[in-house]
Amino acid sequence: MQTENLIAAGFTDPVFQSQAAFRAVLAALSEPGTVQTVSGAILPPDGLCAATATALLTLADYETPIFLPQQLRDGPAGAWLRFHCGAAILDAPAGAAFAVIDSASATPPLAAFDLGHDQFPDRSATVLVQCTALTGGESVTLSGPGIAGNRSIAPQGLRPGFWAEVAANAELYPLGVDLILTCGNALIGLPRTTQIEETA
Amino acid sequence: MNAHQTLPADDAKPAYNYAYLDEQTKRMIRRALLKAVAVPGYQVPFGSREMPLARGWGTGGIQVTAAIIGPDDTLKVIDQGADDTTNAVSIRRFFERTADARTTEATEEATIIQTRHRIPEAPLKAGQIMVYQVPTPEPLRRLEPREAETRKMHAWAEYGLMQVKLYENIARFGEVTTTYDYPVMVNGRYVMAPSPIPKFDNPKMHMSPALQLFGAGREKRIYALPPHTSVKSLDFDDHPFRIQSWNEPCGLCGATDSYLDEVVTDDKGGRMFVCSDSHHCETRREAGHRGAMLADASALHLVEEVKS
Repeated sequence: MQTENLIAAGFTDPVFQSQAAFRAVLAALSEPGTVQTVSGAILPPDGLCAATATALLTLADYETPIFLPQQLRDGPAGAWLRFHCGAAILDAPAGAAFAVIDSASATPPLAAFDLGHDQFPDRSATVLVQCTALTGGESVTLSGPGIAGNRSIAPQGLRPGFWAEVAANAELYPLGVDLILTCGNALIGLPRTTQIEETA
Repeated sequence: MNAHQTLPADDAKPAYNYAYLDEQTKRMIRRALLKAVAVPGYQVPFGSREMPLARGWGTGGIQVTAAIIGPDDTLKVIDQGADDTTNAVSIRRFFERTADARTTEATEEATIIQTRHRIPEAPLKAGQIMVYQVPTPEPLRRLEPREAETRKMHAWAEYGLMQVKLYENIARFGEVTTTYDYPVMVNGRYVMAPSPIPKFDNPKMHMSPALQLFGAGREKRIYALPPHTSVKSLDFDDHPFRIQSWNEPCGLCGATDSYLDEVVTDDKGGRMFVCSDSHHCETRREAGHRGAMLADASALHLVEEVKS
């Protein structure tokens, strides 16, 4: 038996772990820019950080196709998500309810994901962006609903031109994708309502 | 033929999941909630489930609460401001039984406040979540009965009809006569029904530090207001939005700044005004505030008077 092909375990206590993780994601998206942590972290498969894996395990199922970049799709991450969530794994961004992108692999631009429809803006994708760190990078200033005044974040490991894409996404409001930046067991929400200003 | 029913043992685990809903349903509601937070004021359709009580009794709010509640939460449920009315008591008991929830009547201790048609008088704090039970989530429904049309009106932000309705009110009566479910503009984009809260409570929604979630079970819609979101009651420059005011203070606690219910006390025209928020009124009485009718009400054992 080849142990490297075994799919790692998911939640040990699905009801309460997913409830706690959901509250972290809810807090992250309702107060953009705050760093939330998912506790009781699981052992994520290669290529996914704990926060990404926990968020997908909490939210995705057979109703929500997931887009993964090719190397994740073909690796243990794809198998792990297929098994635990029962979700279809897509190789194209269109039609995905959730997507995972990082700077390590060639990934589609944000505008390639479902942006919603003017009558159904809720049908847009939620994109999980895996960062190398959530602090210490280039600082941007956020404002909008959920933020009293403004707030700064400085995640690292984003692809060049990423903030311009996020700003263009916010321009589309009420359409647009919603972003969750993840690293380790921490996450930051950036819904489409958040206005981005790059601080020089 | 008699089929014998085997009753479960007393110590058997309940036949339903934590917080009643199954995990698949919770995931669906949670996804709807996240999209609702991302587009404040937009009504997200969701697959409302059959609940063990009739639609119209707060099934939307219960499903939202069931999807978010966890062991760390303290739940407060109010019905028209009161903690001790039928709907509030039975919903509180529902979550005590199905989710082993800690419940409270104190606004400041609660992490989740499920409400039918009031916002507590005590200011909300960051980290608290308000869950509203909504009967009619569509603010334009009475003006345009077709869902396909109201959806387009929201999509294209065509809210002229609502302004015309408010204008006609002013033209006929001299003021906007809507006193509850007063339409609001959220984040400068979507017109939203704030659920049938009195318009007295509308200003509390604006830039509130608490997260506000709305569930309409029969109409199958969820919508949300993140904290610190602009919520503007619709009005005109020359007829600005006004909230209700009363000529007399609360009969029990003497409050002059709370929302008052008129209570008929006899068949000879006697009436009194009391705080609709029962916890607020009790807190004030405990702090020594006395209204003009407190002694009478206490003599009839309607309320307990705190002797100081």
